Amino acid sequence: MFQLLNTFLIGITAGSIYSLMAISMVLVWRSTRVVNFAQAGLAMLSTYFGYEIIHRFDSYWIALPVAMIAGALVAAGIELIFMRLLLKHSSQGAIASIAPIIATLGLLGLIKSIIGYFWGNQDVIIESPLSNVGFTIGTQTLALSPMKTFIIAAVVFMVLVLTFIFQRTNLGLALRASAYAPEISRLAGIKVDLVRTVGWALAGAAGGAAGMLQTANGNGALSPDSLEFSLLLAFGFIAAVIGGLDSLIGAVIGALLLGLVLAFVLTYVGGSLVFITAFVLLLVVLLIRPGGLISQKAGRRA
Amino acid sequence: MSTNNAALRVEGVNISFGGLRALNDVYLEIGKNEVVGLIGPNGAGKTTLFNALCGLVKPDSGKFFLDGQEQEFPHTSALVDLGIARTLQGVGLFGDLTVLENVMVGAQKFSHSGLVSAGLGRNTRDEKQLKDRAMHYLENVYASGLANRRADTLSYPDTKRVAIARALVSEPKILMLDEPAGGLGSQDIEWMNLLIRNLTAQMSVLIVEHHMDVVMTVCSKLYVLNFGEVIASGSAEKVRRDPAVIAAYLGTGVA
Repeated sequence: MFQLLNTFLIGITAGSIYSLMAISMVLVWRSTRVVNFAQAGLAMLSTYFGYEIIHRFDSYWIALPVAMIAGALVAAGIELIFMRLLLKHSSQGAIASIAPIIATLGLLGLIKSIIGYFWGNQDVIIESPLSNVGFTIGTQTLALSPMKTFIIAAVVFMVLVLTFIFQRTNLGLALRASAYAPEISRLAGIKVDLVRTVGWALAGAAGGAAGMLQTANGNGALSPDSLEFSLLLAFGFIAAVIGGLDSLIGAVIGALLLGLVLAFVLTYVGGSLVFITAFVLLLVVLLIRPGGLISQKAGRRA
Repeated sequence: MSTNNAALRVEGVNISFGGLRALNDVYLEIGKNEVVGLIGPNGAGKTTLFNALCGLVKPDSGKFFLDGQEQEFPHTSALVDLGIARTLQGVGLFGDLTVLENVMVGAQKFSHSGLVSAGLGRNTRDEKQLKDRAMHYLENVYASGLANRRADTLSYPDTKRVAIARALVSEPKILMLDEPAGGLGSQDIEWMNLLIRNLTAQMSVLIVEHHMDVVMTVCSKLYVLNFGEVIASGSAEKVRRDPAVIAAYLGTGVA
């Protein structure tokens, strides 16, 4: 019974972090139709900024928003300086649809190298600001610690804020309209280029949050070759694809589903099968419902 | 013939796609509060001219006057600020937005807050104003009852109304309608005629249209394009009798 509950809690916590990463992939996809593999690098860079803040001010609570803002600024800068030029120059020919994606892979490598140059390739440590020891009920320890509680609450809060922005504000209206039909939006007077940059900035902020939370949830170690971030990218991407790549709600559902499935495989089948499961899940979804699990109904809503 | 205070005037417009001359020395003038029709056989260049006027195609050469002031052909994104709004042949509503949201998209220029502060939800009064404004124009096209429907659930005639409301909500000086009567039944066409005529109190209208009865009913002036050239222009009555126009439409060598 406790094992079931703990497996569920582990899955939800992991899934909520994946959902931030998935959201950031979806935001970029919606605004520029690019699958942004550099997102892992952006999240990592933001987390290093967070590390610098912790180093100086000794506060994770300052570092988290700063990392998000840094992520937003860097992502907006990449869109402004790099992607705009790239999309303009690669608008024709067979390479048009893959060139930007390959370019984001290049960016990923570049960002990791830059991190290595400034911070070195050794692990740096971000201490978890809250206890990672689970609450106890009787003699049993729950897989829910103060830190994990904060992570889940923070993600829920961010998803609610994003949903509010998308559904209830003018900016959200512009974001949704531009994603649906950029040319018509332009005719209707929306500054589509600016909206794209804002989309990237929101994605950067979500990625920064994902990096900070993931690092604090794990062993706190951070390095340019961090496996954690590669997994964050892979699982975030898989979750986004499961959710249809176009929908924020889809990304969250995909991420929670993935987190839960992986947690149950880990507990009841075996750790060596986790990666296989994740990628089999991706392939099965692509084969059976290439538009994602919920693309038909709510897929384009959010 | 050319007056300086025309709402919109273009002259000497040339556009080629590769070796194909799509528009050849085309001119067009829309007076204030006038309804001007642009007609011609398929492939005559009507939509190309439309697209050039709203920045979707860049002309190779040509002059563009707005309110008598010469300026560059506008960029698409500047169109609404210049007081030009257009509807699309394919209607082009945002299928996953509600009808009200679709119209609100057209009202963005009235949003006083910047994108970012709007994003932070600071300006709820601004939101409310945009909503009211959108609602007002939905009422104008008798579509206020559709406000909360998703746009992809509407019937075709209803999408046309909503598309016009979205164009009107930016309060343009010049409204460009791309085949407003296309695909409509006769009742809806009558309604459209009435609407267009009522609009002229506030703005000039340019229409591309195949339905001759619509064009003859609402337009005070017509331009006829054939193979990328203006072959006739003037009042509907005059154009109707023009031998070159008859030849172009019937495809015979009458002229």
